[in-house]
Amino acid sequence: MSFRTRSVAFVSALVLLATACGPGTQPPAPTSAPAAPAKPTTAAAAAPTTAPAAPATTAAAPAVAISVSGPLADEAKSLNGAGATFPAPLYQKWFSEYVNVTQVQVNYQAIGSGGGIKGIQDQTVDFGASDAPMTDEQLAGAKGGELYHIPTALGAIVPTYNLPTVKSKLKFTGETLEGIFLGTIQKWNDPKLLADNPDLANLNEDIVVVHRSDGSGTTFGFTDYLSTVSPEWQQKVGKATSVNWPTGLGGSGNSGVAGEVQQNPNSIGYVELIYAVQNNMGYGMVKNKAGKFIEPSLDSVTGAAAASAGNIPADLRFSIVDAPGDGSYPISTATWLLLYKNIPDQPKAVALTRLAWWATHEAQKFNKDLAYATVPEALNAKSEQFIKQITSNDKPAFPGR
Amino acid sequence: MIASRSVGLAGVPTRGWLRRRTTNGLAAGLVVLSAAGAVAVLLIILGHVLVQGLPSLNPAFFTERPLPPGEAGGGVAPAILGTLEMLAVAGVIGIPVGVATAIYLSEYGRGSLARVISFTIDLIAGLPSIVIGVFVWAWLVRNVVGQYSGLAGGVALAIIMIPILTRTVEETLRIVPDPLREASLALGIPRWKTILRVVLPTAQAGVITAVVLSLARAGGETAPLLLTALGNQFFNLDLLQPTAALPIQIYNYARSPYPDWQAKAWGGALVLITLIGVLSALTRWTIARRSRAH
Amino acid sequence: MASLVRAPADRAAPLGVLGSGGNRGDRVFEAVVSAIAACVPLLLIGIIVLLLLDALPAFLRFGGAFLTQTTWDPVQEKFGAAAYMYGTVVTSLIALLLAAPVGVGCALFIAEYAPLWMRAPVSFLIELLAAIPSIIYGLWGFFILAPLMRGAIEPFLKSAVGPLPVVGALFSGPAVGRDLLVAGVILSIMILPTITAVSREILRAVPDTQREGMLALGATKWETIRKAVLPYARSGIVGAAILGLARALGETMAVTMVIGNSSTQIRASLFTPGYTMASAIANQFTEADKEIYFSAIVAVALVLLAVAAAMNILARLLVWSVARGPRPTA
Repeated sequence: MSFRTRSVAFVSALVLLATACGPGTQPPAPTSAPAAPAKPTTAAAAAPTTAPAAPATTAAAPAVAISVSGPLADEAKSLNGAGATFPAPLYQKWFSEYVNVTQVQVNYQAIGSGGGIKGIQDQTVDFGASDAPMTDEQLAGAKGGELYHIPTALGAIVPTYNLPTVKSKLKFTGETLEGIFLGTIQKWNDPKLLADNPDLANLNEDIVVVHRSDGSGTTFGFTDYLSTVSPEWQQKVGKATSVNWPTGLGGSGNSGVAGEVQQNPNSIGYVELIYAVQNNMGYGMVKNKAGKFIEPSLDSVTGAAAASAGNIPADLRFSIVDAPGDGSYPISTATWLLLYKNIPDQPKAVALTRLAWWATHEAQKFNKDLAYATVPEALNAKSEQFIKQITSNDKPAFPGR
Repeated sequence: MIASRSVGLAGVPTRGWLRRRTTNGLAAGLVVLSAAGAVAVLLIILGHVLVQGLPSLNPAFFTERPLPPGEAGGGVAPAILGTLEMLAVAGVIGIPVGVATAIYLSEYGRGSLARVISFTIDLIAGLPSIVIGVFVWAWLVRNVVGQYSGLAGGVALAIIMIPILTRTVEETLRIVPDPLREASLALGIPRWKTILRVVLPTAQAGVITAVVLSLARAGGETAPLLLTALGNQFFNLDLLQPTAALPIQIYNYARSPYPDWQAKAWGGALVLITLIGVLSALTRWTIARRSRAH
Repeated sequence: MASLVRAPADRAAPLGVLGSGGNRGDRVFEAVVSAIAACVPLLLIGIIVLLLLDALPAFLRFGGAFLTQTTWDPVQEKFGAAAYMYGTVVTSLIALLLAAPVGVGCALFIAEYAPLWMRAPVSFLIELLAAIPSIIYGLWGFFILAPLMRGAIEPFLKSAVGPLPVVGALFSGPAVGRDLLVAGVILSIMILPTITAVSREILRAVPDTQREGMLALGATKWETIRKAVLPYARSGIVGAAILGLARALGETMAVTMVIGNSSTQIRASLFTPGYTMASAIANQFTEADKEIYFSAIVAVALVLLAVAAAMNILARLLVWSVARGPRPTA
């Protein structure tokens, strides 16, 4: 075959490949008319039912309780989210129910807060989920513009351990936790631990430390607490979704850490409360700022949030670790949904805003049974404002129902 | 010296001979032990998968989507569907490319281009699948499609599939005897028709088993799919959306602390190994027998 | 597997001499087939280029230190892959040390010792090991092997070998069952079929005349193998071992479930949790949220690609050299 023919063939192969790489098309969505969120005049055009559409312009007076229910014609039928494992048991329950309420399938993959943050930055998912509020640097790296943090639940990060011979609930302080995870306290019968836990006197075993191997908001919350109570930790390790752990082995996700602690005797790790409860694993009390040993529970978490109410910034990127107050659990944290302010894809915008509203309102009734605290009213008011400010093609996206 | 006297004075075997015979026996014993050990390990692993996985298999397992831990029922149906979908994509891309490349190497392959292609095929075959996952993420997930998708997963599987397919099909084509080709050409049939109508049909069984083999191998991959298809709890037929896959589902179930999910991980493993492992092994064996027979 | 043994030079196209003739159909067909086949090298180039572009910021910032530093700190943005490379090397070496003797033994069994009727079934069974997906090895390792190692094997090694002077350092520290050793053991099972299959082909490539000559001189079977067959096949078997090693380098799922996934300490003990390059990528890729973090991970992928490619090339050269022609016996 001549050189020319061969090169023509070669070039056509390249062209074939290039056209195969054309931009993917979005899944076809019914877009007869954009959902008219607050203009009664166009209500007849696309709205399939006659449910009253609450005006979205007045943000301050939800006199008519807005309730998300029923499918909408011009809403995306599926959404993809990824991120935190901290709320994963809750979200699994939520989204399993949500498909019955609105027929929208929400696919949530718990790959760790770091994955959620990166996913929403790169817009490879529709919403992110994280227990670590995004840093300014991370926000700057978000390709779709401004991001909202919508808190959906509060929970406790508990020190969970596998000590079959110890019957009593262990008591930890910031100092002992820091020592264990730094590797300076290496045995269970270390004097520092014995001070609060005389039952450990006979346990001359090495402590097996388990931490997260993936980027985690739970890690962020835990290291946030340790950094707050220990300048040494702050300097040596710092607080982030992924840190340079001085010791221990890594589990992937909250479930991975729980699994590792379960499988390894004499181990200790940090997980969201429900993971320890659901698996009948031992978890300890932690001494709070007021000097009391507090058991992680819904009430102590809610107490921590209430006590921190004065410190909540306007963008809801808050931290409630080491909260003041007698009944506050010191390692409490919130978890957020991450949504863009401006979502060009109209059907997705409708679906996302409805999801966010449902999550902060109707879905909260599922929180208690899974040992997550509900979001305080004051914070929810702010979230409502954010949701109503989400726009698509310069129009508010939330349909109000 | 190898050959020492085996029998010495008075008909008694020499010490040297005894030593050599003992060494011989010892070596034989070790060799048999290795083979027995390898087979034993295989049976142990398969046995565990069978024993742990069987209790999870019920009709719901094959028809329902995964449910939150603690809820009864639930299954891996979306994952099975997703795996089949992505294998279909991989096949659509991989089979033409693989077979064409194999035809090129077998029928036309002379000169530097053929050597380069052959070398490249071997290199891609040796690439860790996670690296292929990184590449497909950077190419498709980040840019072209814009999100995790079954399409990206299928492409990753195709890249994994192509070298295996090419090599095996090339082997199969070479086994077709030259006189067949020569006779066809002598009858005036153009070369391309010879290849398509004479060579390929003769090698048909081998090509089909090669396709099955490479699909089976691709279907068991997890790492690249974690980076491209992400996973999905729901049934999904839209290739531009994240898609479930059996290996991903097993992985998620396995590293959870919930006993019912862990049991389902074994169940999924049993399904996967039946679907893919047996298929793969059977085809490999058929090919091996075929090439030995020639 | 036979294709692994035959070198490219042996793969001359059968009918090249007859050419394509003047037939338009032939020219079109050849063009199409060549075009598609030519996509393969393009694909490889694409992979390398895309990875290189993304990895460049990390290489530019850290330079050669990327390969020698063990600190992997996303908070302080200091990345060095030495610990990952160490984990990869150690687990692969353990896998090789365990799998090579057994693999060659299996190959010898199949090629030399087994009665004819047993050869196919045993080959089939060992190939079945290769057909088991990686995730299932991970599952088995996580739930069955790791507890066994933690409960019985590692304490035994610790007490038996631990006290010894130099070697003892390899078996010190708490034995958790999530460490380099367990990963190495799982990998050895996974690469066994590769080593066996290639070695078997190599052994079959040894001409019978070698064996016959030895036997005629009165050698025992083992002596024949040791003095005539193995030396002939030696470089090929080394090639098989390296192919197994290359496979071990790239294994991700089975490793990540039992290796402990803990970053950056290079310690002598095999009981240390660690990372391999592949498992590090799998764990951290989806969440590298800073540019430099992402770039560092892709850089690790590039290093892995380079090492795997180098091993493959080396292995194939060795394997082909056996198949090429007769060599003088030792």
